[in-house]
Order: sequence, then C-alpha cells, then structure tokens
Amino acid sequence: MTDVLDPPVAAHHDDHEHEEHHGPTGILKWMTTTDHKVIGMSYTVTAVIMMVIGGALAEVIRAQLTTSNNSLVSFAQYNELFTMHGSVMIYLFVGPFAFGALANIIVPIQIGAPDMAFPRLNALSYWLYLMGSITMLSGFFVAGGAANFGWVAYAPLSNSINTPGAGADLWIGGLLLTGFSAIFTGVNLCATIFYLRAPGMTMFRMPIFTWNLLITAILILLAFPVLTAGLIMLYCDRHFGTHIFSVQGGGVPVLWQHIFWFWGHPEVYILALPFFGMVTEIIAVFSRKPVFGYKGMVFATLSIGALSLGVWAHHMFTTGVVLLPFFSIMSLLIAVPTGIKMFNWIGTMWRGEVWFSTAMLMAVGFLITFLIGGLTGIYLASPPLDFFTHDTYFVVAHFHSIVMALVLGAMGGLYYWGPKITGYLLNETIGKIQFWFLFIGTQVFTLPMYLLGLRGMPRRVATYALHPGWQFLNQVSTVGAVLVGISTIAFMVNVVYSWKKYPAGDNPWDGHTLEWFTTSPPPHHNFYRLPQIRSERPTWDYNHPGHTAAEHGHHQVHHEEIPAP
Amino acid sequence: MRTEAKVLLGLGLFFGVMCAVYWNWGHENAGSVMMFAGMLLCFVPGGYYYWWSRRMRARPEDDPNATQAQGAGVVGAFPGTSIWPFTLGMGAFFVVLALVFGIWFLVPGLGLAMWALFGGTAEGRRGGTQ
Repeated sequence: MTDVLDPPVAAHHDDHEHEEHHGPTGILKWMTTTDHKVIGMSYTVTAVIMMVIGGALAEVIRAQLTTSNNSLVSFAQYNELFTMHGSVMIYLFVGPFAFGALANIIVPIQIGAPDMAFPRLNALSYWLYLMGSITMLSGFFVAGGAANFGWVAYAPLSNSINTPGAGADLWIGGLLLTGFSAIFTGVNLCATIFYLRAPGMTMFRMPIFTWNLLITAILILLAFPVLTAGLIMLYCDRHFGTHIFSVQGGGVPVLWQHIFWFWGHPEVYILALPFFGMVTEIIAVFSRKPVFGYKGMVFATLSIGALSLGVWAHHMFTTGVVLLPFFSIMSLLIAVPTGIKMFNWIGTMWRGEVWFSTAMLMAVGFLITFLIGGLTGIYLASPPLDFFTHDTYFVVAHFHSIVMALVLGAMGGLYYWGPKITGYLLNETIGKIQFWFLFIGTQVFTLPMYLLGLRGMPRRVATYALHPGWQFLNQVSTVGAVLVGISTIAFMVNVVYSWKKYPAGDNPWDGHTLEWFTTSPPPHHNFYRLPQIRSERPTWDYNHPGHTAAEHGHHQVHHEEIPAP
Repeated sequence: MRTEAKVLLGLGLFFGVMCAVYWNWGHENAGSVMMFAGMLLCFVPGGYYYWWSRRMRARPEDDPNATQAQGAGVVGAFPGTSIWPFTLGMGAFFVVLALVFGIWFLVPGLGLAMWALFGGTAEGRRGGTQ
C-alpha cells in the first residue's frame, strides 16, 4: 500500500541536471526560466511589493481622513489615491498572489506534476503581469496623474471628456496586460490539473486547494475575456470616436457596468476561492485531521463558482434597470455553499489536535474576518438595504472585511508553504506578533467603517466638513490601518530576521498532501519519487503506514494516530 | 477524464438554465448573451472531454488503484530555459504603450512580438533547449 516505486519523472532528471549546470546564470537565468517554482516566486515577490505599494496609498488615504477638513492631499490627488489603491490591490496584488504566486508553485506539486502544462506560457503570464503592473503604476509619473475614476471606471466618468490624459489610458493598458496574464494562467492551471496528475491522483483525491484553483481557473476563463473586451470598447470610446458607452451617440452607459461586473463579481470569487483552499489545507494539517466533508467542500466550491456568474448586477441595484429579485435570490443563495464551507472548516477543527502555529492563527483569523464580511454581504444582497447603504462606507467596510480576510489567508499561506518553497521556516514569535497586529488592526479599521456607512458617510470623499461627528470613527479606523501597516513591517522584519536561519526539512508540519513528500525546496521537476496515492492525503498515508487509507466519509477517529513527537 | 467532463458539463448546464430563466424574466440582452457564452465555454471543452472519455481507457490518473509504475515514461516535453516569453512580454508591453504614447511604439512592439513568434516556434520545433 505504501511502497514507493520508481518515479515517472526520474528519467528526465539527469538531462536537466546537465542543463541546470550549463544554463544561463544571474539575471539571465531569471529572465529565461520556465520553472514554475521560480516563476511562482517571482510572482510572490512582485505581488508582495504591490501589496506594500497599495498599502502605502491606503495609509495616505486614512491620514487624509483623520480630520474632517484635512488638506494633506488635494481632491484630485485623493481621486488618484483611492483609484490606484483599489486597482493595485485587486488587479495587481490579491489576484496574482492567489492564482499566480502560490497556485503556480503549489498546484503542480500537489498533483505530482513535474511542471505546469505550458511552462513558456507560464513565463509569458509573469512578464505580462509585471509589465502590466509597471504600466498601470507609471500613471503616477505622467502629466495629469494616474487614473482617477475609481477602480470600476464607470462610464461616462471614464470617457475622454471627463477623464482625459495618459493616466487613464495607462490604467486600461495595464489591465489589458494583466488580464491576458490571468487568462493564460487560467489555461495553464486547467491543462495542468486535467492532464498532469500523478497515477492514482483521481479528481476526487486532489487536495482542496487544487480543486479550488481548478474552479478559479474556469472562472478566470469565463470572466476575464469579458473585461478585456470591455476595456477595448472603453478605449475605442475614448480615442476612436465610438459611442458604445455614451448616450450622445446612442450608446448605453449601463452596459459598461454590466460588462465590468460580469467580470467583477466572478473576480471576487477568483480572488477568494484560492484563499479558501489555502485555509482548508492549513486547518486540516494543523488540526491533525483530514478535511471534514471533502466532497461537500468540492461541491460547495463548484456551486459558488456556478452561482458567481449570475450575481453581477447586485452591484447595480441602484441603477434601477436590473432585475432585482433574480440577483437578490442568486446572491443570497451563495451564502449556502459558503456556509457549508464555514461549517466544514469548524468541523475540521472540531475535536482535532489543534496546533496554533502562525499559519493556523492566520487561518482562524481568516474565518472570523471572512464571517463578518460575508454576513454583511448578505445584508447588501437585499435590495431595500442596498438602496440605503449603496456607495456608503458600509460597502467599503464589507469588502475590506472580505479582502483583509484574504490577506490573512495569504499570510497563512506564506507561513505554511514558505518553508516548502524556500527550505527555511519563518520565525514563529514574530509571526504571532504580526498576526495579532494584522487581526486586531483589521477589525479596528473595518468595524468603524460599518458605523460610518450606516450614519451616511459616502465613499470616495476627501473631506467631510459638514459632518464633524464622523471624525472620531474615522480616527479609530486610521489607527487600525496603522496597525495593519505595522503588521506588514513585522512580516518584512521576519523575512530578514529568519533568512536561512531555521532549516525546515521536507515535512515540518506533518502535512497531508504531495508537496510535503518532496524535498524543500523541491528539485527540478519536483519529485525524485512518488508514494502510492490511495486517498486525498498520500503523504500522510505514507508517513503513518499503520492506518489504512479510507475513502471519503469513512475516516476513522484519529486521536490515536497522532505521531509521537 | 469523465469527472473533468462532468464538472464542465454540469457548470454549462447550470449556466444554460440560469440564462433561460434570466432571459425570460428580465429580457436583458448583455447579461443573457454573456451567460449563454459562459454555457458554451463549458459545453465545448466539456463535450470534447466527454466524447474522449467514452473512447479511451482510463488514464493512470483516473484509476484509483494505479501504481506509480503505470505513469512511467515521458510525461511531456518541458522546455528548459527560454528567452522568448520575455521577448513576447516586452513586445506586448510596447504595443500597449502604443495605445497611450503614440503609434510609433508599434514598431518595437510588433517587432519584438514577431521575433518572439518566430524564435519561439523554431525553439518549439527543436523541442526546447534541452
């Protein structure tokens, strides 16, 4: 059952050692690599840099809002700040971090593949993402400044009369590049998962992380082309005199909102599902139990993916031209599979041997923060409530709870998989300090926003001189943002402090899935050998041979199976 | 292969039903077209996988009792290092700059892209840098 036979990829290995020794070195090696681990690492570093840039913009926004009539930045600069904060965080950090960085490194290893299916396409994805990021950010350095129409670029605000200048065009161009990057990554992930699984790794034995990335990849393929098409239409409206989104020429401004949100809502799940997967893996490993309700998790992910295509217009309730009951019902329905996931996560921890490492703390922090964001999302799915709170800070607070939960998940993923990728653990004490700053900071900065929204504070205002009563809550929120900023500094301190200090070994967490079977960092083409795969956690089966692998739903109680320290 | 097909066909079926309900209830063009296209995007590869799944033996990765030895042999051709993705990426970057700063950026943009196209194809024909 647990014998190890010759690996399918061993034959390649000798060739590539030769190539590794004689290939290019230095920066040329980085530029020419097609190794998914190196590309994934480039993605990780780039995405974390984007997070720092986006976070710095956020701190300036919060500083501006500390007093009701602050003049730290001008109104025009404030518009650029919130536009670029949203754009950098959504387009350049969370998404690429989710499906470019960790997915790129972990998914092929989790299914026992030597690389992504199309390594050169993978490299192209990274270069498009990097150049797209540079394109979008270079808007700060052109006359007229960066894009300033909000990260959603609603027509007619985004047309050439209301928003002239190169910044907006650079924003469109950057999004085109990162959009194609995402599409290529989606193709690559689908092909990898469908065609490069190891023998015995059936679809229903894939780790939940890989399943979630498969659904994410399908959603990318459904959603991103729509955005790309919409951006080309927007560009034509701006420069070639078409009137697709302008009333004057017989166009329909709301069409932009339809197109944008038809991408934008699946995008929310494209961002969230990979982190759901990460958290599932972390919770299972650190609770010393298999995932509770594996198939339920898979079907919940599938139904979230399916429903996500039918909810886009809940962002457009107040336009008055959308079918309120349909979108309200579909949006409320998403709470069901998400609830299933929530209970499965709790069920996985239930009576487990929970080890509160930094990664696990981040995952639990994710659950709590995501629950707050998810529940307020259910309020917003109800049109009467949405009419009241649309475009107020309540919505801002809702999606910041969601995305800050994703940041917690991302940090958990880095602490969990970082040792596999680099071969070295991060310091746990600094990690826990980082967690508490991040977790408490997140709540301190989002919760006052809910109250501000209910008191009527609109989004995207630089001053609120007529409402000095909003000032205290804004100041609390700013304190929270500073705490989150400190947590980011703590993370960077941790990376520097722990640099090559704590060797991880192959399997520091007694992990379940195949990535913990290979060395840290994995060799070229990932595996020298593979175990027999007889359940969804082959590495655990291999390391605990006394316990028969069981099919789903038949796992025994694992109290007695905890390995001796 | 059959599970992959079922996932895609199931998603496509759901999008189809959703599209029908939405069109008959709301009569809104943009969303209906996009959902219909979503259905097709799932049905086309899903149907292809289903068609194949009925005509091929289960692959080792579809067999719950497969041994690692069954996967022996060449998994696929994985190119070593390649400069062409970088070249193509830079080409695309200059093409996008042409959208913003002037049409002359198309010269380096398309130049690099075409160079990468020929270079990458030639490299692919040789089987990558082995």
